[in-house]
Amino acid sequence: MSVRQWSRDLAMGARFALAGGREGWTRSLLTAVGVGLGVALLLLTTAIPNALAERDRREEARSDHTFGQQEIPKADDTLIVVDADTTFRDTDVRGRLLEAEGPRAPLPPGVAEFPAAGEMVVSPALKELLASDEGTLLRERLDYRVSGTIGEQGLVGSQELAYFAGGKGLAKVLEGPASGARIDHFGNDDLGSSDPWDPVLLLLVLVVFVVLLMPVAVFIAAAVRFGGERRDRRLAALRLVGSDSRMTRRIAAGEALAGSVLGLVLGTGFFLLGRELAASAQVFHVSVFPSYLNPSPVLAVLVALAVPAAAVLVTILALRGVVIEPLGVVRTAKPSRRRLWWRLLLPLGGIALLYPMIGQGDDGGNFNQYLVVGGVMLLLVGVTALLPWVVETVVARLGSGGVAWQLAVRRLQLSSGAAARMVNGIAVAVAGAIALQMLFAGVDGTYTKASQYDVSRAQMSVDVPDGANASAIIGKYRDTEGVRKITALSDAYLHDRRSEDSYAQITVADCASLREVATLPSCRDGDVFAAKGSEYDSEGDHLARPGTVLWAEPEDDAAHSGDRPVSWTVPQDIRPAQSREDPTGYERGGILVTPGALPEKLAAVTSARLFLSLDLSVPDAYDHVRNTAARLDPAVQPMTWSSIDSNDRYAAIRTGLSVGSACVLALIGASLLVSQLEQLRERRKLLSALVAFGTRRRTLGLSVLWQTAIPIGLGLLLAAAVGVALGAVLLRMTDTSVRVDWPSVLSMTGIGAGVVLVVTLLSLPPLLKLMRPEGLRTE
Amino acid sequence: MTIPAGSLLVAQDLRKAYGPTTALDGAEFSIHPGEVVAVMGPSGSGKSTLLHCLAGIVMPDSGSITYAGREVTAMSDAERSALRRSEFGFVFQFGQLVPELTCVENVALPLRLNGSSRKEAERTALAWMERLEVDDLRKKRPGEVSGGQGQRVAVARSLVTNPRVVFADEPTGALDSFNGERVMELLTDAARSANAAVVLVTHEARVAAYSDREIVVRDGRSRDMERVI
Amino acid sequence: MSIGHTLLGLLESGPRHGYDLKRAFDEKFGHDRPLHYGQVYSTMSRLLKNGLVEVDGIEAGGGPERKRYAITEAGITDVARWLATPEKPEPYLQSTLYTKVVLALLTHRDAGDILDTQRSEHLRSMRILTDRKRKGDLADQLICDHALFHLEADLRWLELTAARLDKLREAVTR
Repeated sequence: MSVRQWSRDLAMGARFALAGGREGWTRSLLTAVGVGLGVALLLLTTAIPNALAERDRREEARSDHTFGQQEIPKADDTLIVVDADTTFRDTDVRGRLLEAEGPRAPLPPGVAEFPAAGEMVVSPALKELLASDEGTLLRERLDYRVSGTIGEQGLVGSQELAYFAGGKGLAKVLEGPASGARIDHFGNDDLGSSDPWDPVLLLLVLVVFVVLLMPVAVFIAAAVRFGGERRDRRLAALRLVGSDSRMTRRIAAGEALAGSVLGLVLGTGFFLLGRELAASAQVFHVSVFPSYLNPSPVLAVLVALAVPAAAVLVTILALRGVVIEPLGVVRTAKPSRRRLWWRLLLPLGGIALLYPMIGQGDDGGNFNQYLVVGGVMLLLVGVTALLPWVVETVVARLGSGGVAWQLAVRRLQLSSGAAARMVNGIAVAVAGAIALQMLFAGVDGTYTKASQYDVSRAQMSVDVPDGANASAIIGKYRDTEGVRKITALSDAYLHDRRSEDSYAQITVADCASLREVATLPSCRDGDVFAAKGSEYDSEGDHLARPGTVLWAEPEDDAAHSGDRPVSWTVPQDIRPAQSREDPTGYERGGILVTPGALPEKLAAVTSARLFLSLDLSVPDAYDHVRNTAARLDPAVQPMTWSSIDSNDRYAAIRTGLSVGSACVLALIGASLLVSQLEQLRERRKLLSALVAFGTRRRTLGLSVLWQTAIPIGLGLLLAAAVGVALGAVLLRMTDTSVRVDWPSVLSMTGIGAGVVLVVTLLSLPPLLKLMRPEGLRTE
Repeated sequence: MTIPAGSLLVAQDLRKAYGPTTALDGAEFSIHPGEVVAVMGPSGSGKSTLLHCLAGIVMPDSGSITYAGREVTAMSDAERSALRRSEFGFVFQFGQLVPELTCVENVALPLRLNGSSRKEAERTALAWMERLEVDDLRKKRPGEVSGGQGQRVAVARSLVTNPRVVFADEPTGALDSFNGERVMELLTDAARSANAAVVLVTHEARVAAYSDREIVVRDGRSRDMERVI
Repeated sequence: MSIGHTLLGLLESGPRHGYDLKRAFDEKFGHDRPLHYGQVYSTMSRLLKNGLVEVDGIEAGGGPERKRYAITEAGITDVARWLATPEKPEPYLQSTLYTKVVLALLTHRDAGDILDTQRSEHLRSMRILTDRKRKGDLADQLICDHALFHLEADLRWLELTAARLDKLREAVTR
């Protein structure tokens, strides 16, 4: 068979697709839109690794200081950078205070000019936020005049919140606890040190890709078959005028090819459009610039070649079971019964690929990416292979019922393959989504459990800088809107005279706060207690005896500094108290002291931490606290305890995944509707005849519903089974206890069932129209 | 028009337009129980529309249709559907058998629509198929039988509910003359023996020759040839 | 129909008496019009004169002329020639119906009525034939079908004419 003949036939098919009148056009357009949506999604996915890499590059280029960095002396090319990150609601804001120490100080990427003291340059998103009503609280906190914006060069995403503020006397701040450094350039020298991906995270990303792409592939395969029955009739007409059966197949492939090439064009358009839209979107606090979303050329070329090739292949495969005769289309009368064994091989093979990796996640071992992708794909492809068998087997056994049921079952028995094909996409999407949600839920569960903070007792904590006036600060926080209660604990470590190895933790707090760390029989200012029952502090026991003299610094150090050493004698009336977990989950030992029992000079060596209980019914309680903290010292950030946060994040992931899956399902639903309507049009005359002899419209509507609902129901059952199995395997792989996430199983199958219902409802009006007696008139 | 005494189905002054085209323009019709009436006329004359109106499939724009003393035009869609299910039978030119159902299931379909059990419906259906000499096709699907056989199956289906009127719209249109006449013979024999009336729309004289009398429809108006002569 | 050739053909299977010939003819072909015996007699004497049959023997007693006829070689040849010669198709170029239709148009009568009436009349005949066909044997069916097809042909012409009445009116009244 010559290449010329092939190309001639393909070209003829393409001409049919584009110039085949209104019908040809609609068909090609349907195919093209379907393929286009799929292609856009493919391109977007291939662009994501690039986008993430680009983000990493930018992040690296603007990095200023790292731990353990060598200190450099002040010079005319140095700059002092102090971290001033903050959080607004649940979004992080990257903040830096800058002070140039000379004319040649390095500018951060994306910044044209250093902001003067009291001024700042901000990212466009932050500028917008500050200008809006929502940003009122943040405006109070970032009390600088906006003097410019940060360019794209200095940001890792279009929606990133970031600012650089000018500072004065920052060199002194550096000596304090604030995080910062003197630097002479931006960017990380040490490029090779990028962290390896967390294997579990990598697994998640791989699975997300496969799970989202598989239904797209199935959908593309379905899209190139839109309008197949009409096309078959057209091909029959071609046979009548003398083309042979191979030729007609090639012509059909040409039609599909034209549709898919058109789809590629549309898909590129959709992608470019989506890329622009992506700039205004952010997913899980990650946003990107359109320019990041460049699919790697190799992958793009792969998509451009694979999609039309797949279209031709699918068409030729689909026509395998069809004999196109000059006078009509004969579907091979009774296809041989579907065999189970090789269909079972696919999912079993998938499990076999994944099985060796079980339990690897926890000890940090890497998963073999190819095995993961291969295994997940095999399992999901297994759904598409098993479904036709399941539908055929079940439908063949379905018994009698009403007329609607009989009509639907008989039709399914005659064409179970077509029915299964129709729902393949939905089944794959649902199976993948269920597995993914199980994985998310399981992994997230372990992450949440790791936090021992008792968020019912306090939701934020903030350190009081050494030497600051603790009571004044406490007062400021107490006056802050939304703060219900403050537990202030000051710690100091007092040593035995002899060595620094022997020390006791002294906790200074008022009675109310002490009750948060120990069960006290009674308490007045001036009381001292020895905390008992802590598993950590055995040393404290023997030091917490009346009359023991404790020192703020070991003798050697004190001798060095020349200061008079500060000492404290454990009073005679020390009483035992049972220790209890503080809000951080820590059970402390040592000595508990009320402020009245501590000499003032000793108070100076304690450092205080405040635990804030918030009234969460007050809106933005967290941000009121952050504002107070920023007013006190912009370099001090209160810590937000995160167990609630983490649940929120999971909910967001679940919502995101559900929305994504729903979109894929809607796409598939659309193709379902198209093929449904096509089938109905084919049967117009029959429907009219049935109505003529008195068939109730309800009966026909119900039969259409059954016809879709039976295969979908089976598909969803299979999808749930495979999805749960895949989810369980993936959870075992990450060494997480297997827990079926029933809400997501139910919600995903529910969405799938909803799609069927919507498709049926949408096909009812045309059905009613087709049932009108006009269909009886002979044309 | 004076209504002949003992008429089963009578239509008077039927008018029906599809958009700008007038299909019926004052057509009349009547038929007795057990009578076979051919409706003839050139194509596009309104024959089929008359049949659809008489059968309650299409509502005329004006005029009256009385079946066994009941005014069909006053019935609701559901009532007319019920009437068609229980009192009428239908044979069309083609495309009326459900391709997924076997022949016997197709014949049993009207009975099942009337609520009979599947077993009973198929037993009755088989008896009718025997009568029309197609009982050997019971397990076959319509796609696997010839046109003449399929049309006989359709005739069996039109008679299976013991209807009082059978409406046949070009029932032999897709058949050769031999098969066509065989179908007509079986249809009229069976209808006569069951005392069912047959409204037979056809443009073929030799098919019309199986009728007792004919009416001619031209330009939406009908002429009853018996009363003219 | 050529009675001579038909009788000759009947003789080919073996010699027969005149009376037998009449019975055989009536049974096979004479459904509508049975032969008179005189017709048989005159035809046979013509055939005898032309040498196509010969007298095989005379039976004594019974009827006045109980001659037995047999076919001659020349007779067999003649039958073969007759069968091989196609019948001339009847053109029916001048039909009464056409005349009626044109006259009706010329006198501004409703030609459609004439056609309807004629169709009705044709159908009446066709119903009788159809009825006879349904009750009769195969021979009946074939003969009736022949007649039915002819009548149908007339009707087809009628329908075609009906469809073209307007044009015909234009043509004849111009």
